[in-house]
Amino acid sequence: MVKALKERSSVAEAQPEVRPDPTREPIVVVDGLHIIYRVYSGGGNKGSAATALMRIIKRENRPQMKEVHAVKGVSFIAYRGDAIGIVGTNGSGKSTLLKAVAGLLPPARGAVYTDGQPSLLGVNAALMKDLSGSRNITLGCLAMGMTPEETKASYDSIVKFADLKAGFIDYPMSTYSSGMGARLRFAIAAARTHDVLLIDEALATGDAKFKRRSKAKIDELREDAGAVFLVAHNLDVIEETCNRVIWLDDGRVKMDGDPEEVLGAYTEATGK
Amino acid sequence: MSHRERLTASEGEPVATINDPARWNGTGGASLAEFAAQHGLRQSAARPSLPAYVKALWQRRTFVWNLASAKTAATYSGSHLGQVWQVLTPLLNAGVYYLIFGLLLGQNKHITNYPAFLITGVFVFTFTQRSLSAGAKSIGNNLSLIRALHFPRATLPLAYVIMELQQLLISMAVLIVIVLLTGETPEISWLFIIPVLVLQLIFNIGISMMIARMGAFIRDIQQLLPFITRTWLYFSGVFFMIAERVDKISGHGHHWLGRIMEANPAAVYIELVRFALLDTYHKDAAQYHLNHGLLWLYALIWAVVAFVGGFWYFYRAEERYGRG
Repeated sequence: MVKALKERSSVAEAQPEVRPDPTREPIVVVDGLHIIYRVYSGGGNKGSAATALMRIIKRENRPQMKEVHAVKGVSFIAYRGDAIGIVGTNGSGKSTLLKAVAGLLPPARGAVYTDGQPSLLGVNAALMKDLSGSRNITLGCLAMGMTPEETKASYDSIVKFADLKAGFIDYPMSTYSSGMGARLRFAIAAARTHDVLLIDEALATGDAKFKRRSKAKIDELREDAGAVFLVAHNLDVIEETCNRVIWLDDGRVKMDGDPEEVLGAYTEATGK
Repeated sequence: MSHRERLTASEGEPVATINDPARWNGTGGASLAEFAAQHGLRQSAARPSLPAYVKALWQRRTFVWNLASAKTAATYSGSHLGQVWQVLTPLLNAGVYYLIFGLLLGQNKHITNYPAFLITGVFVFTFTQRSLSAGAKSIGNNLSLIRALHFPRATLPLAYVIMELQQLLISMAVLIVIVLLTGETPEISWLFIIPVLVLQLIFNIGISMMIARMGAFIRDIQQLLPFITRTWLYFSGVFFMIAERVDKISGHGHHWLGRIMEANPAAVYIELVRFALLDTYHKDAAQYHLNHGLLWLYALIWAVVAFVGGFWYFYRAEERYGRG
């Protein structure tokens, strides 16, 4: 652990320094964030009764645990009106970072400060998969704290925005394709203004038409002075939508700045 | 979708802590924290204050009711008979228990109207039992909802108990019909069912919130729970008369066991409904000097203690549900 610490701290200094901009109002401040989580690495047979029994006989308390240091000292400030794209190779800590900003993962060190409650839209498409699309709309709106009247008023625009095939709105969400589910989910979440919206590949499954509409919606959210974070492997989406890009590499910030510049460097480095 | 293993199960401590602040502050972390504080930013996903939480919860009352109704509809949507099962399930339950405990084992020596006695017990107990098992699943089954939207998580166990309440109301209608068929006559004392069930509802909300927090972090609870509720069922005087059994135990010198059986919340609510509904049961129990005031006191205390304790316990982990 000590050796690992030294190695990491020397690299941590190499991350770009963050200087607060006093002229703008921050909405998310990530301060030296480290995320470590533990996973079992039971060699593929962790679940069987026999191995569990052997563990008890051998008096081992837990199966082999592995620590994953997914985010390593990340700092940045997001200001009101920012749309920040996060790029990086698989396993570079993008999704982990978003989860931490949403408050779903506790920091091992450092902190995340936000104004208001961030909402995370992930890849798993359904909110309540055994319920119909229209039920999901109503319940989603009510859960976000909208009144029954507001819910009724926004129902039609949500259906229109999600643009489902005719009839699907009355089917359970478990029957939806991943693209349809993601669209409906995004439409529900976008019905209310969010201070911070975190989108983790949720738009990836949409078609070109939906991408255009969701970009308009993200712009709208930015104008309402919230902030939007976007994780996507499709760099075009990020280039079109974001005003700033953070490049994560092995849990560290490699670059943070103008989309053109960062995406250019990223494309060059990954050889796309 | 499962919660990852946590180092500390009780409080929301980080999974690992690094005890060397100096070398980790390469970019001057303190100034960032100050900058955040200047603009009134708070730590992500902190727990709201209790008054704010209760207010948010009250604001979501339509959500709770709609979620309960939607879940009920979804439960039966796959079957041909649909929501007819809401009536059939309690009826079949009562039938099975009557077959075994009424006819096969012959428990009805001292109880005049054994079918009504038994079915009342089964229905009232089922309300508590199902609230408990639904509560244990309420967080784990809704992780994608929890992770996507922000709302007070207590609405989930609450909605599941409301769902069971809707089922109970149907069961009670069935029960009234059965009771009438077995020869009881409607009386003004039947109205006492309402305060009893209200107290039981409050009690159920409390315990299901408690089990919801436990079930969210320890998945094994769901495997264990059926055994706990079944043991509870056999102790709660669903099939036998508590007063008679306590009398017998006390004869053997085990007074404390008798006291515990009488104070058992499930037994208290069952007995109170029986006394309200069954005129014949009053006569059956007359010889055992039952203290009705004490029963009501138990019912009230259990409801208040379970509700306040369960709500507080659930609220204390509010920011950690869905993490992992």
